[in-house]
Amino acid sequence: MLKKEGGLRIPSGCAISGIIDKKGKRFSGEEIIKSIALMHERSNGLGGGFAAYGIYPQYKEFYAFHIFYDNLGVKTQVEDFLAKHFEIESAGNIPTKAVPNIKNQSLLIWRYFVYPRIYISKEEVIDEDEFTFRCVIKINKEYNGAYVFSSGKNMGAFKGVGYPEDIGEFFMLDRYEAYMWTAHGRFPTNTPGWWGGAHPFTMLNWSVVHNGEISSYDANRRFVEMFGYKCTLQTDTEVITYLFDLLVRKHKMPMDEVLKTVAAPFWDDIERESKEIQNKLKGIRTVYSSALINGPFSIILGCQKGMVALNDRIKLRSMVAAEKGDRTYVASEESAIRIICDNPDRVWSPKGGEAVIASLEGKIK
Amino acid sequence: MKKVKVLDIYYRELNDFIDNEIKTDKNIMLTNVFGQRYIGRGLSRNVRIKIQGTPGNDMAVYMDGAEIEVFGNVQDAVGNIMNSGRIIVHGGCGDTLGYAMRGGEIYIEGNVGYRAGIHMKEYKKMKPLIVVGGKAGDFLGEYMAGGAIILLALNLAKDEEIVGRFCGTGIHGGNIYINGKVDKYKFGKEIEKVSLDEKDIVFLKKHIDLYSKFFKKDLSHLKMNFFSKYMAVNKNPYANMYCAN
Amino acid sequence: MNLNFNSPLFEVTRDEKKCVKCKVCIVECSNKVHSYDEKKDIFKVDNMKCVNCHRCVVLCSARALIVKKYPLEFRENKNWSETAIKEIYKQSQTGGVLLSSMGNPNSFPIYWDKMLLNASQVTNPSIDPLREPMETKVMIGRKPEKLEFDSNGKLITKIPPQVSLSVPIIFAAMSYGAISKNAHESLAKAAEELGICCNTGEGGLNKDFYKYGKNIIVQVASGRFGVHKKYLDTGVAIEIKIGQGAKPGIGGHLPGRKVGEDVSATRMIPVGSDAISPAPHHDIYSIEDLRQLIFSLREVTHYKKSIFVKIAAVHNAAAIASGVARAGADAIVIDGFRGGTGAAPTRVRDNVGIPIELALASIDQRLREEEIRNQVSLLVSGSIRNSADVVKAIALGADAVCIGTAALIAMGCHMCRTCITGKCNWGIATQDPELEKRLDPDIIYKRLVNLVSAWNHEIQEMLGGMGINAIDSLRGNRLMLRGIGLNEKELEILGIKYAGE
Repeated sequence: MLKKEGGLRIPSGCAISGIIDKKGKRFSGEEIIKSIALMHERSNGLGGGFAAYGIYPQYKEFYAFHIFYDNLGVKTQVEDFLAKHFEIESAGNIPTKAVPNIKNQSLLIWRYFVYPRIYISKEEVIDEDEFTFRCVIKINKEYNGAYVFSSGKNMGAFKGVGYPEDIGEFFMLDRYEAYMWTAHGRFPTNTPGWWGGAHPFTMLNWSVVHNGEISSYDANRRFVEMFGYKCTLQTDTEVITYLFDLLVRKHKMPMDEVLKTVAAPFWDDIERESKEIQNKLKGIRTVYSSALINGPFSIILGCQKGMVALNDRIKLRSMVAAEKGDRTYVASEESAIRIICDNPDRVWSPKGGEAVIASLEGKIK
Repeated sequence: MKKVKVLDIYYRELNDFIDNEIKTDKNIMLTNVFGQRYIGRGLSRNVRIKIQGTPGNDMAVYMDGAEIEVFGNVQDAVGNIMNSGRIIVHGGCGDTLGYAMRGGEIYIEGNVGYRAGIHMKEYKKMKPLIVVGGKAGDFLGEYMAGGAIILLALNLAKDEEIVGRFCGTGIHGGNIYINGKVDKYKFGKEIEKVSLDEKDIVFLKKHIDLYSKFFKKDLSHLKMNFFSKYMAVNKNPYANMYCAN
Repeated sequence: MNLNFNSPLFEVTRDEKKCVKCKVCIVECSNKVHSYDEKKDIFKVDNMKCVNCHRCVVLCSARALIVKKYPLEFRENKNWSETAIKEIYKQSQTGGVLLSSMGNPNSFPIYWDKMLLNASQVTNPSIDPLREPMETKVMIGRKPEKLEFDSNGKLITKIPPQVSLSVPIIFAAMSYGAISKNAHESLAKAAEELGICCNTGEGGLNKDFYKYGKNIIVQVASGRFGVHKKYLDTGVAIEIKIGQGAKPGIGGHLPGRKVGEDVSATRMIPVGSDAISPAPHHDIYSIEDLRQLIFSLREVTHYKKSIFVKIAAVHNAAAIASGVARAGADAIVIDGFRGGTGAAPTRVRDNVGIPIELALASIDQRLREEEIRNQVSLLVSGSIRNSADVVKAIALGADAVCIGTAALIAMGCHMCRTCITGKCNWGIATQDPELEKRLDPDIIYKRLVNLVSAWNHEIQEMLGGMGINAIDSLRGNRLMLRGIGLNEKELEILGIKYAGE
């Protein structure tokens, strides 16, 4: 039988694109679809997806669960589990429309807005994020045929098997408004045709789209799994997301230092820094050596605070950034920005290991 | 000159169209170019293409004599394995410019990304040349085996680095000329700084003049004594690396 | 301080009674093992220099010479072998990376020898190939998913370019530079006569051999040596070399001393310049970049050529092969960890990669599960030693095989495994004009023709035995194979039953 993500490791290549309005002004998914569609050649029709932030303002206090179900049986089981652990504010199908190139088969695509019922545990006090995180991991690990592919607040992932432009049309993303969009076109080296395997990968408010195949995968995976994570998909994107979640949410590391961990400076370069910085960087490289992401990658990381784009330290994947007005753009190819942004104020290629950070400054409008 | 609005024409059709067009008119102007790949692939002498927009990856791949002028930035792997011809870019350039090119000239008005001039090589009269108006990313001239790269480093801000790390690693032929001072740690161990001779100065002046002409810039202020020349320490850098077993 | 702890590997002995003092041994030995002292009228040998290439032994008309393993033994130790000790001597003396020639010589399992072939008995007839029709021709290239016909039954589907092979054998990629011009010509000439193909390797194609274009696969490797439009247009197919079984993940390095006038002209680099092939193609850092190169080659050759992609057999080969097929390759060449090489770091050669039999079986199976196997061709290499290996490879799922080492042996290689020195006494792995002259392509090509023709007869005999008269019916026909001496996991990966099952 053909194994799907999780049953084996499937390296893939890709295209990525991201847009943020730093003032929080929301805009439809049309632009991001146009951008990712331009890089059609970089994917092979076996995966496409989007993450959108700010799309559910009326439910912004609730975790928005997007779930794929293979059948009604498992849906009932998962809904029992959800009802036991969460207040369900609202539940329903995610609206889709028929698109010729998208073969949905019999997949059920559901959305729930939920609020955790936290039980006081004797052993430890956990916050609602951790509680929700554990529930998501549990569903994905234990409920065969169900997969939570989005679990953040006021954000959502939309993904599936197909070219990204077709997936965007399938989910009718032109009808959603977000202040930040990221997109992914996938080129996997197989075809299990499982929708959960498409990207972005998300966990709570994190979303990651990624291009490249990292060489440090199993060192990274075995590291994060010491901290309660379970890499069910065996994809690079999943482990990258968990690394960020671990460092930021659990270890409370500032973002700059997180970036210096996953794309660590060379020892030679550290030697030229001041004593204080040397001390810090040597500490990071010593303690978190298993969190170094090695091999080619360009990623766009989304969270409520904004967007971070990062290349590996010797820049093995191309990535271009641009700014115009309140907006920041990042994409695998410059033309994918130009097609949606006439005359940007500034266009540049970030250096390897040097992040583009675009933070949300204003209120979401 | 035929003018064509490209927009969303697929690259295959576009390149076929160019093949057809040059049978009658060797001058083509493409406007609204958005990421179409392989423009100018393998094209030979006397063909001149002007491009407005952002041509896609592998522009001028295997090009053999044609001339392409781009009004805008170019993406990755421009001039890949180019044999001869000329590329003029009124803008900047992505990564891996001129990979393994063995002839022809590339003039970039602005900055170039990582790995520009990687593995460019020369053969007899064929000597590839890359002239960069701005700065360059890491691995400039990595594995370089011939030809020349000129880095003019014009209009850089004070904190901007002229060239990234690992410049000239594995170089075993050719010259890199850099306008300005670069710290030694930026270079690989296979490359060293040498003094400019008369021939270098004539060579530099010639191409600086051409740069001025192409981009309509007055570069009379550039001083030759600010330029440094870098070349391979050894034509066979790894001769003592191995031990027959 | 040039203290050498190493002792000779071989001992040369001369039977003075038989020796006629013709001095052929002295003339023929490029390593200068033999010498003659005029005054004392005696022959001397320097055993340290002997590589055991058999040249002097074979050419000694008096049969007076014997080369033996040098009888010096280390104290027996199952852990610290003689090889392990001597390698440390070498590295502590030179500080160098150990470099070896030819394929992995270590005692890993050879799965070909653990698979047995079937034959017909009673229930269906075996076929006599000498008198009955027996086809071994194969078509290599991309196949459309299905054929379409108009209402008159006329074929509408345009079939992509195919490479036709009269025998499912290709001479594997060996570059001009690594081997001599005469060796290259022998391969090209033989390929032409046999109706098969040879592969340029990564060193370009000498201008004198463009005439053999219809039987030549031109290679594009990371160094892009001698790659230009005319070269690409000349070959019948283009192979992108990503990896090599002998050194997966490692680039190449032809030292400047082997780059003479003619190699220089073919590779288009200066005389004496090192020819360094980077470990990766620097325009391919990800699978979608491979697609970019495949289509740049298609574009520049106007979609007239088959594009092959060669990868080394590594752990994740099945997924990689699937990606390569999806990136647009027409044929995938998989090179196993026993594949030969002019030079590879010893540690890499002996420790990286997996056996071709297992890689082939898992790739073929994976592509079938993904329903794309029929769209691409699969070629395998990496120590195909005889026609039975060919038959077993095809039964496992290959379309054809590539032979490198076997072809070299046919040309006279005696497997002394010192190609690195460039002093090949048989005129194969050398750029020394005097040594190269020893290999006359007009004579030697015939040996290659003989070899492949002989194998073809044997393949036909085995096919006939199975009751098959077209090699098409052998491909992927794993019921024709049974395992012997294999464990459950090995049988599972190979997808075959145990003998007697």
